[in-house]
Amino acid sequence: MAKDDNSGKDLAAADSSGVGHEGAPAGTAVVVRDAVGNPGLPPHRPRVTDLDPSAERRAERTVYTLFYLSIVGSVFAIAAYMAFPIVPEDPGSVRTNNLFIGLGLTLALMAIGIGAVHWGKALMFDHEGIDERHPVRGSEETRSRAVEIFQEAGEESGIGRRTLIRNSLIGALIAFPLPAVVLFRGLGPQDDNPAALLSHTMWKKGTRLALDPTGTPIKASDITLGSAFHVIPEGLQDLEHGKLEEKGKAAVLLMRLKPEDLNELPERKGWSYDGIVAYSKICTHVGCPVALYEQQTHHLLCPCHQSQFDVSNHCEVIFGPAKRPLPQLPIAVDSEGYLIAQSDFTEPVGPSFWERH
Amino acid sequence: MSTTTTTTELVETKKSGGLTAVAANYIDERTSISTAVKELGRKIFPDHWSFLLGEVALYSFVIILLSGSFLTFFFSASMAPVQYDGSYVPLKGVEMSAAMSSSLDISFDIRGGLLMRQVHHWAALLFVAAIGLHMLRIYFTGAFRKPRELNWVIGFILFILAMAEGFTGYSLPDDLLSGNGLRIIDGMVKGIPLVGTWISYLLFGGEFPGEAIVGRLYSLHILLLPAIIVALIAMHLLFVVVHKHTQYPGAGRTNQNVVGYPVLPVYAAKAGGFFFIVFGVVMLMASLFTINPIWNYGPYDPSPVSAGTQPDWYIGFADGALRLIPPGLEFVWLDRTFSFNILIPLVSLGLFILVVLIYPFIEAWVTGDKREHHILDRPRNAPTRTAIGAAGVTFYAALWATASSDIIATHFSVTMEGVIHTMQFLTIVGPFIAFFVAKRVCLALQKKDREIVLHGYESGRIVRLPGGEYIEVHQPIDEYERWKLVSYSDYKPLMIRPNAQGKITTGQKLRAGMSRWFFEDRIEPVGNTELEQSHGDHH
Repeated sequence: MAKDDNSGKDLAAADSSGVGHEGAPAGTAVVVRDAVGNPGLPPHRPRVTDLDPSAERRAERTVYTLFYLSIVGSVFAIAAYMAFPIVPEDPGSVRTNNLFIGLGLTLALMAIGIGAVHWGKALMFDHEGIDERHPVRGSEETRSRAVEIFQEAGEESGIGRRTLIRNSLIGALIAFPLPAVVLFRGLGPQDDNPAALLSHTMWKKGTRLALDPTGTPIKASDITLGSAFHVIPEGLQDLEHGKLEEKGKAAVLLMRLKPEDLNELPERKGWSYDGIVAYSKICTHVGCPVALYEQQTHHLLCPCHQSQFDVSNHCEVIFGPAKRPLPQLPIAVDSEGYLIAQSDFTEPVGPSFWERH
Repeated sequence: MSTTTTTTELVETKKSGGLTAVAANYIDERTSISTAVKELGRKIFPDHWSFLLGEVALYSFVIILLSGSFLTFFFSASMAPVQYDGSYVPLKGVEMSAAMSSSLDISFDIRGGLLMRQVHHWAALLFVAAIGLHMLRIYFTGAFRKPRELNWVIGFILFILAMAEGFTGYSLPDDLLSGNGLRIIDGMVKGIPLVGTWISYLLFGGEFPGEAIVGRLYSLHILLLPAIIVALIAMHLLFVVVHKHTQYPGAGRTNQNVVGYPVLPVYAAKAGGFFFIVFGVVMLMASLFTINPIWNYGPYDPSPVSAGTQPDWYIGFADGALRLIPPGLEFVWLDRTFSFNILIPLVSLGLFILVVLIYPFIEAWVTGDKREHHILDRPRNAPTRTAIGAAGVTFYAALWATASSDIIATHFSVTMEGVIHTMQFLTIVGPFIAFFVAKRVCLALQKKDREIVLHGYESGRIVRLPGGEYIEVHQPIDEYERWKLVSYSDYKPLMIRPNAQGKITTGQKLRAGMSRWFFEDRIEPVGNTELEQSHGDHH
């Protein structure tokens, strides 16, 4: 049927009245009145395995050899499971376990796959078949019967006439999922206000600055010029609950610059100590830790989206998607020489949020 | 597959009454499966390598289900802090979540556990990649045209769901890298006006990171999302059966037939075998190449992070979009914060996704063509569509490459700022360049096709004529090859005509403008008259 009777119908049918095959409009498709005819299926070309019996036998041999190889692969994988156990505290044994079980399974799978495909391509009957297509839409008869069914159902139920029933049902169907929406309020704790939580951290007047992750308090004299320390509030390590949540807000970077390199805002004159400054480590863009300090230029770089902050200029943004400078933690030194916070941050740390102002 | 095979044998062996026949009869009398075999057993599918891309996607999903089920037997989706006490020495005694600890146990204490983790991860990467390539194949060959528009939409939703599956799965081990990924999501969500802060609060069950998110993502990852994906895949395949597969233009193939091989036995062997090949390749990758070595990253902690952090490849475009935003796009107005540095990427990606989703309907509206199309377009024969696709690919690729901006900068010793500025330029201007180039290339290829049809191909044989002139002999191509070059549907720009009220509506004007943009540069297919005139033209 593919031989010639359909040739060129596809194009020729798109005539100027805009009606294509199956009566559908062809839009702006162009009619080619003298379209070249479809020559029909090209003559079938036999394969080597069709012509040469020894090639056919070879292909058959290949296929069953592959299937046997697959069995070998499966057995090998089971053997490898036992022969290459994971020895505690020997990472090399994990590697050999992974490698040999994996290679065994690879052989088992690949051999089945290649064997089956080769069987299909080289040995199975390879004359092309033809299926006829029918329009996807139902026949006119089917469609009118479908319409009829809906009409009958409408008649018999009276959904068109009994409008009160219909409308109240629609209302009920809209209302019944609403309680589910309300239930989702329970995803977060009931009585907290997120915006208020975001505005405070663990820092308060007198909290000692401690090393991350050990929690050892830091003396001002330990901070050499040009160094940078990862800092957490003292006591954070001993928290029973919410350690990561507090750390996610309170993490601080401590750096010592030459006092003359620091260009401090007048209202923050007292926030540093002898060239030592402390800034929030949480990026004001989307909250990654701003962990990379460039000692020579005094720039901080966020490794996630490359926002850059200039420490000598109160951590203002010099490049990247962040807008706000990193919040500064006012620091001082207590009587024993340890660095302490003068207060909490004076603004919310981390990414911006709607209620922030 | 085994049941259907036995049932076919039923027909032949019924009389002999063997065990197969008895079994087949038993099943058929309870399921009417012979009807299904009769309808589907000899169904014809056309053959082309590009039709395998969708199969790769389907098979990787099966591999993901198999390996994922294994992992669920060992994984503990809890963020309760524990002291790690497994075999991996460097992390011994470190406090981490039960999720991270159980992921390490899968990797270091369960034989074959690491293998299954790596199979799962590699198959997931392959799954998204195969869907993406499958979609490009569908797009560039016009396979989304009537009657397949809805299947395009289903497929596209599957693409989005696959990325969601990928991201939720990536976050489960609760390692440093995935925790940073969640931190970025948290930061983005908080940037959404009005509801962002609350959504983040509810999502994480309190403040970031909380102790809820891994368990919640786990429910999505192994229950909700897979259920939706399975349902949509079933619909997707059902539509393929209803529509019958498209085929490339070729001699003997028409819009009313399908030429190819039957499901039984050829496709059972080839497609079934191909599943094992895909599985084998994934297994090979999992045995040889490490993926996501969470033990190197350590447990999540909001403070440390390493340079060169990157998401899995398919999230790259979103991460890149965040990086491209120039400084300063955040404002406080009316006592509220407007984070345009978050909103611009979110909205542009949303629009991009929307345009891809509804593209079939846009093109159908422009052409006004309501016919069914079962013969695929060669990409060159739809120059504007191909050019739009090239522009879209360029836009996506630019965003994607930007996700590696820091690695590009360190690898090629160029400045970070230089890379970002270049990528900003490429993201905006690149698509226009790609559009122009792709369209010209398509038109040139169409001209070449015409040339070959009318004057034959260059045979490489140079002869000298009596007059001393050298010419190359052109050989005419055979009629089967010629058919591929001349049988395409061609559209012309829409002429605006006033409607019944004598008015030209804005919609009409827009459609005419779009139509002109699509079809004003066109190369007509060669017709018979032209072909006959050119005869004897071959040197």
